[in-house]
Amino acid sequence: MARAVSQRRKILFTVAAWSVGVLIFFPILWTILTSFKTEAQAIADPPIFLGFDWTLENYSAVLERSNYGRFLWNSIIIAGGSTLLGILVAVPAAWSMAFVPSKRTKDILLWMLSTKMLPAVGVLYPIYLLCIHLGVLDSKIALVFILMLINLPIIVWMLYTYFKEIPSEILEAARMDGATLKEELLYVLTPMAIPGIASTILLNVILAWNEAFWTLNLTAAKAAPLTAFIASYSSPEGLFYAKLSAASTMAIAPILILGWFSQKQLVSGLTFGAVK
Amino acid sequence: MGQIKLSKVSKRFGDVEVIPPLDLTIADGEFTVFVGPSGCGKSTLLRLIAGLEDITSGSIQIDGTDTTDVPPAKRGLAMVFQSYALYPHMSVRKNIAFPMRMAGVPAQEQDRRIAAAAEALNLTDYLDRRPGQLSGGQRQRVAIGRAIVREPQAFLFDEPLSNLDAALRVGMRMEISELHKKLQTTMIYVTHDQVEAMTMADKIVVLRAGVIEQVGSPLDLYHTPCNEFVAGFIGSPKMNLIKGAEAQKHGVATIGIRPEHVEVSSTAGLWHGTVGVAEHLGSDTFLHIHGVAGCDPMTVRVDGELPVKHGDEIYLTPQNDKLHKFDGQGLRVD
Amino acid sequence: MATHHSRSAARLMMAPAVVLLLGWMLVPLTMTLYFSFKKYLPLRGGDLGWVGFDNYVRFVSSSAFWPSVLTTLTIVGGVLVITVVFGVLLAILLNQPMWGQGFVRILVIAPFFVMPTVSALVWKNMFMDPNYGLLAHLWEFFGAQPVEWLSQASLQSIVMIVSWQWLPFATLILLTAIQSLDSEQLEAAEMDGAPALMRFAFITLPHLGRAIAVVLLIQTIFLLSIFAEIFVTTGGAFGTKTLTYLIFQRVLESQNVGLGSAGGVYAIILANIVAIFLMRIVGKNLDK
Ligand SMILES: Nc1ncnc2c1ncn2[C@@H]1O[C@H](COP(=O)(O)OP(=O)(O)OP(=O)(O)O)[C@@H](O)[C@H]1O
Ligand SMILES: [Mg+2]
Repeated sequence: MARAVSQRRKILFTVAAWSVGVLIFFPILWTILTSFKTEAQAIADPPIFLGFDWTLENYSAVLERSNYGRFLWNSIIIAGGSTLLGILVAVPAAWSMAFVPSKRTKDILLWMLSTKMLPAVGVLYPIYLLCIHLGVLDSKIALVFILMLINLPIIVWMLYTYFKEIPSEILEAARMDGATLKEELLYVLTPMAIPGIASTILLNVILAWNEAFWTLNLTAAKAAPLTAFIASYSSPEGLFYAKLSAASTMAIAPILILGWFSQKQLVSGLTFGAVK
Repeated sequence: MGQIKLSKVSKRFGDVEVIPPLDLTIADGEFTVFVGPSGCGKSTLLRLIAGLEDITSGSIQIDGTDTTDVPPAKRGLAMVFQSYALYPHMSVRKNIAFPMRMAGVPAQEQDRRIAAAAEALNLTDYLDRRPGQLSGGQRQRVAIGRAIVREPQAFLFDEPLSNLDAALRVGMRMEISELHKKLQTTMIYVTHDQVEAMTMADKIVVLRAGVIEQVGSPLDLYHTPCNEFVAGFIGSPKMNLIKGAEAQKHGVATIGIRPEHVEVSSTAGLWHGTVGVAEHLGSDTFLHIHGVAGCDPMTVRVDGELPVKHGDEIYLTPQNDKLHKFDGQGLRVD
Repeated sequence: MATHHSRSAARLMMAPAVVLLLGWMLVPLTMTLYFSFKKYLPLRGGDLGWVGFDNYVRFVSSSAFWPSVLTTLTIVGGVLVITVVFGVLLAILLNQPMWGQGFVRILVIAPFFVMPTVSALVWKNMFMDPNYGLLAHLWEFFGAQPVEWLSQASLQSIVMIVSWQWLPFATLILLTAIQSLDSEQLEAAEMDGAPALMRFAFITLPHLGRAIAVVLLIQTIFLLSIFAEIFVTTGGAFGTKTLTYLIFQRVLESQNVGLGSAGGVYAIILANIVAIFLMRIVGKNLDK
């Protein structure tokens, strides 16, 4: 693009893009703002945008009402654990598909994805029973495992598309250089695929963090993550917008911050092979 | 130390037999070049020797031991790939050290060999750079360095120079030849560039569709190609192959004459034609001549400058002792 | 790169993933099939014996069945159309020269990080509430009667909420795809005299084909099973009962596991129909 972009065009696009961006972001912004209002200001008519008395009372109220730290910890363990476990299982599988492809490789990949279409609700009761039998109902380990299985196809697919970009000659060179399979994966493939693996981890942490079917239905007091924390505000006794906002902000803040800080890595790998 | 012997080696990919059973022996210390047109199976053959592909049948012996089922790393061979296949996340030093690290060579010995290789390949100043920060020629040298430090029984090269520009190619060609003179290690070198083949090889193996057409020294192939394919493939510009009446005079189906073995005259000669394109290189002149029966165009190479141009009439006479004769099957007749 | 060593290694390395997913598919599926042929009421007597295809017949003949299928498809289809169309537009906009592109991208990507329960709660209460919601204030400001979003336009509202969540995902993938388009192609077309709209239709859009296929596939997978958004907003009332939600109600609210399981089998069949349909498109696109 060696063309000089006319300043006016650039201003136009900037204004348009910023407007759209703010519009899309507005619900989140509004939630965060509301979380600092008093309950009365939160439902004031006409609505108050910035000219309110900033207060932290909602946050202390929420912290008093529920044990935020435990929910947060559960979310971290479940999202992080399921993602790491998934990566461990998926890296070898994706290696096989990318570097030793066979006629069935594509079928296997599509089959894996199709397991994701299995409606969770259709198998909720069996899984529920299994969890009871295994004594893992309302435990983090059960959710780590289930969310790993749910996201595994996505992880395999992302890694596969990433690995396919790596020239197989480099892995062959490693093999000629005397690397065992383990060393080939550890010292050559994984370091080369770091950006892709990072992006895969990020996406799956986000997906697992936000997963709201299994986490709601298989946990009670002990293993409940933030999805359950916020769900407990879904039938507010009366309307407590400010407290709801504070709780919402607390539920999304960790992942929002993580996502923002790592958005470059996330976006760079988020192609699913759609970009050549 | 590095004798490689292929017996009845064949390879199929699914239903396609890329290499029908072939026998080949490469002597210790020999510089062997595989040449042939694109897709003829040169890389495949090299990868079979390397162990990167399974052979479908037959056996491969390295130094008398059957390595058919030995994994690539254990064959004692080093390979230099067309794309260099350097590890992008490691420095030059780490790249070169990698095979030694895998083999558990002590750190001191690693350093010694890295220093020696870097010295030999002019890489000393670049040891701490990443491959991405090197030029093509430097990358190529790193790839060779990585191969050298393993002190392999044989080196395998798959078109190592094809990604370099012409000038660099000539330089690297010499460096590899010198390396061979110094190390005296068996080298197998794949190329489809016949200048590389002629200049570097002790022995050339000409392949066509997975079949070995001829094995011999560069000059053997130049002087006594065993069939029309080899005759046409070795030598540049290509040998002129003449069919029809002219060949009949010699009692064969085809006669061949290399462009450099044809005398040119503006007054008299055996054949007569018109100059189509004249390429004046200064050192030589290449003429493409139309109108010679049985071979159109005929290529002629004349030393030095010859003042002819498009449309000039010209007379040609082949040097009789340099004529090659081929029968109806294209095989050499002596 | 395929020796029998590497091929057997490959099989070994595939095994954990394949075995796990096979188990994940088969074990619950078999159990669901098993329950679907039983009268099974955990709170009212438990296993009451085999009933053949009763559950299947009852589930389809329930007046809620077909509407729920239709609702499911409407939501999935609606969200897909909205996210792809706006995703393409937004991606093109974001690809233009501007100041603060990185910042705009941060704003646009944000909804993707918000968990569905939160976004549903926020939209329901703070935006769509007919008395206190911001949209009600906005309508009043223009002198209009506030809309009772989640009862009068329930389906549209849910499609809107879900689209808001998934628009960033579509936009990001499409943006990356657009950025990978060789600008020389567009310039060549411009030299050939193609106006902007033609360039979009004949160069940009075909280039995006693969990315759009990927967006369709991944979103469908997630959209077929949306749950929290409905659970939190309408609880399945006002015509927003998807198949997923209907089954959920049978199993958890009426505690009829047999009936719910039969529903689950239907849901699996529906998902598979959609899946086959999608795999066709995407499989073809993945080959390119
Ligand atoms: N993995 C494979 N599967 C199927 N066919 C293959 C495979 N690898 C190579 N072939 C086929 O085997 C034949 C020989 O390929 P090979 O790469 O050895 O040719 P080559 O002589 O090295 O050619 P080039 O000079 O172009 O590198 C080709 O027809 C090729 O299509
Ligand atoms: Mg080759």
